[in-house]
Amino acid sequence: MQRFIRHQGVAAPLDRANVDTDLIIPKQFLKSIKRTGFGPNLFDELRYQDEGYPGRDNSKRPINPEFVLNQPRYENASILLARRNFGCGSSREHAPWALTDFGFRVIIAPSFADIFFNNAFKNGLLLITLDEETVEQLFREVEATPGYQLDIDLTAQQIHRPAGESIGFEVDPFRKYCLENGLDDIGITLDENSEAIRDFEARHRAANPWLFRDEAANQV
Amino acid sequence: MAAQTLYDKLWNAHLVSTREDGTALIYIDRHLLHEVTSPQAFEGLRLAGRQPWRIDANIATVDHNVSTLSEERSAGISGIADDVSRIQVQALDDNTLGLGIETFGINDIRQGIVHVIGPEQGATLPGMTVVCGDSHTATHGAFGALAHGIGTSEVEHVLATQCLIQRKMKNMQIRVEGELGPHVTAKDIILAIIGRIGTAGGTGYAVEFAGSAIESLSMEGRMTICNMAIEGGARVGLVAVDQTTIDYIGNRPFAPTGEQWEAAVESWRQLVSDQEAQFDQVITLDAAAIEPQVSWGTSPEMVTGVSGRVPDPQSFTDETAQRGAVRALEYMGLSAGQRMTDIRLDRIFIGSCTNARIEDLRAAAKIVDGRRVAATIKQAMVVPGSGLVKRQAEEEGLDAIFKRAGFEWREAGCSMCLAMNADKLGAGEHCASTSNRNFEGRQGYGGRTHLVSPAMAAAAAVAGHFVDVREFVETPVQAAQA
Repeated sequence: MQRFIRHQGVAAPLDRANVDTDLIIPKQFLKSIKRTGFGPNLFDELRYQDEGYPGRDNSKRPINPEFVLNQPRYENASILLARRNFGCGSSREHAPWALTDFGFRVIIAPSFADIFFNNAFKNGLLLITLDEETVEQLFREVEATPGYQLDIDLTAQQIHRPAGESIGFEVDPFRKYCLENGLDDIGITLDENSEAIRDFEARHRAANPWLFRDEAANQV
Repeated sequence: MAAQTLYDKLWNAHLVSTREDGTALIYIDRHLLHEVTSPQAFEGLRLAGRQPWRIDANIATVDHNVSTLSEERSAGISGIADDVSRIQVQALDDNTLGLGIETFGINDIRQGIVHVIGPEQGATLPGMTVVCGDSHTATHGAFGALAHGIGTSEVEHVLATQCLIQRKMKNMQIRVEGELGPHVTAKDIILAIIGRIGTAGGTGYAVEFAGSAIESLSMEGRMTICNMAIEGGARVGLVAVDQTTIDYIGNRPFAPTGEQWEAAVESWRQLVSDQEAQFDQVITLDAAAIEPQVSWGTSPEMVTGVSGRVPDPQSFTDETAQRGAVRALEYMGLSAGQRMTDIRLDRIFIGSCTNARIEDLRAAAKIVDGRRVAATIKQAMVVPGSGLVKRQAEEEGLDAIFKRAGFEWREAGCSMCLAMNADKLGAGEHCASTSNRNFEGRQGYGGRTHLVSPAMAAAAAVAGHFVDVREFVETPVQAAQA
């Protein structure tokens, strides 16, 4: 996983609530057995004016000029400003894979759906939850200022704006630790807890043998 | 000990360790795998040189990507016409069979939608933790199991460690009290709940569904309710264990037998919230006030009773919601004030992990028996949730009823719920669908989904537009339709 300590970049405003994971990456692209290559089809149905499918040459497709990420001023955006309940719907991790593959490192919104929230952090994508009013203020500033950039300092948990006061944010300490160190949490779990898992499993098996198929087989 | 909710009990019974910041490791009893969200997890394991922790906890099947046409299915994996789909379906077999993971392959009678086959096999048991790389894993909570959807990184984490890193959720109870009206079903209850709490209302919560209307439901109905907890934002939906639960599980292939069955049942009976348990939020609905529901928009919260009308976007309280409603009406091709019963339909889909169990097919068949699908409907299809549901329905003669009425009778799979295979809507087409999501493009590029119960979908198929199934059943089966 890519480390995240501090990131400065162009912010793009996606002014729409309840952005679901079907919208982030439509299902036809979920047939891939890889983790990479989803960026060109991020927000496919919003970015293009026709239907996309795997293997299609996107450079020949009609672009939707209205869509925010197609506007020149948001080219190379790496921070997405979004509305409430971002990432609702399916558990597809292809959604954060598509966002990071496109180049996003941070998403700021008033709220996120639970499964998407977990998936994002596992892929080095920092999600920042701020109150509706602060998000609204950021939307106004981004839209009013071409080239608007934010500087996100994870260590200090601060968002530095071009003008005005910095904004503090909360982040779960364990998630922060994994992000800052680019750590794979499977390694952490196995290093720190293998013995605890084995102990738990032995007790669990003794108390609930029917949860273990080999126990059931022994009995029959 | 302080009074506990059902969720508290399940959480505590699986807690392996807790960090100072509240992050916890919980043990996973059952891991269900399917072709779409698992290949990258198996690849991750291989790259790291790791082995699965406990093979017998895993069960795999193919559902999202498989064709539902009998001809295409009969040739097995090699018969899958779409190259990319075939590679993904093959990858599941390659990944699971080599490790000895129990796999219900493409032509196994036990194959089916992962959330249908788990309970059907007795592989979902009360008191278990159940996970799957699919958000509708909440379904299994109907058995008093702690079940939720996970992403692919978590699939890999569970394979490697048999555990998941979690934070404890808050407790919500949704009570549905009283008696449902005739032809009002579990699907209508959950749509009405989502209409009330909104698509993010349950975010951060484990939701226990309770009250006399929930207790009266069959296991199929309870699964329908828990299945769509995620559409209300909650990863976890739960129903307490009672005799209905225990009766459903008895004698299923993976269920315990003999002395273990006796011990298990005794333990399962504890899987209810304590009388004095405290919930962070309690919501109550009157079952008698719920009418058959139909969604009008592009989010499951955009739903109303069949006697209602498409709402005016101005009626929403805040600006973001108003803009969302305007965009939804534009996408759906509907106007404010339009009667729901005036919405004409192009396709009918009866299927999905929400509503493709035997009880759902029976309810739909009862409506269409002796009637015909309207001539204006381009396609009406029934996709059973599993090979075993299909066989059971055929034994009961339901397939004949559907076929006589003009429905297509398909092989088991996710099908048009998410349209990863060839079953999809065309742009602009309206579909009465028993599935769970009406998102833009969900059932096909530009497709317009209306979420309803199986009975409502069946009635709409015959009428060609939405009708109130309660009135529809009173109209005689017309000879002219035969």
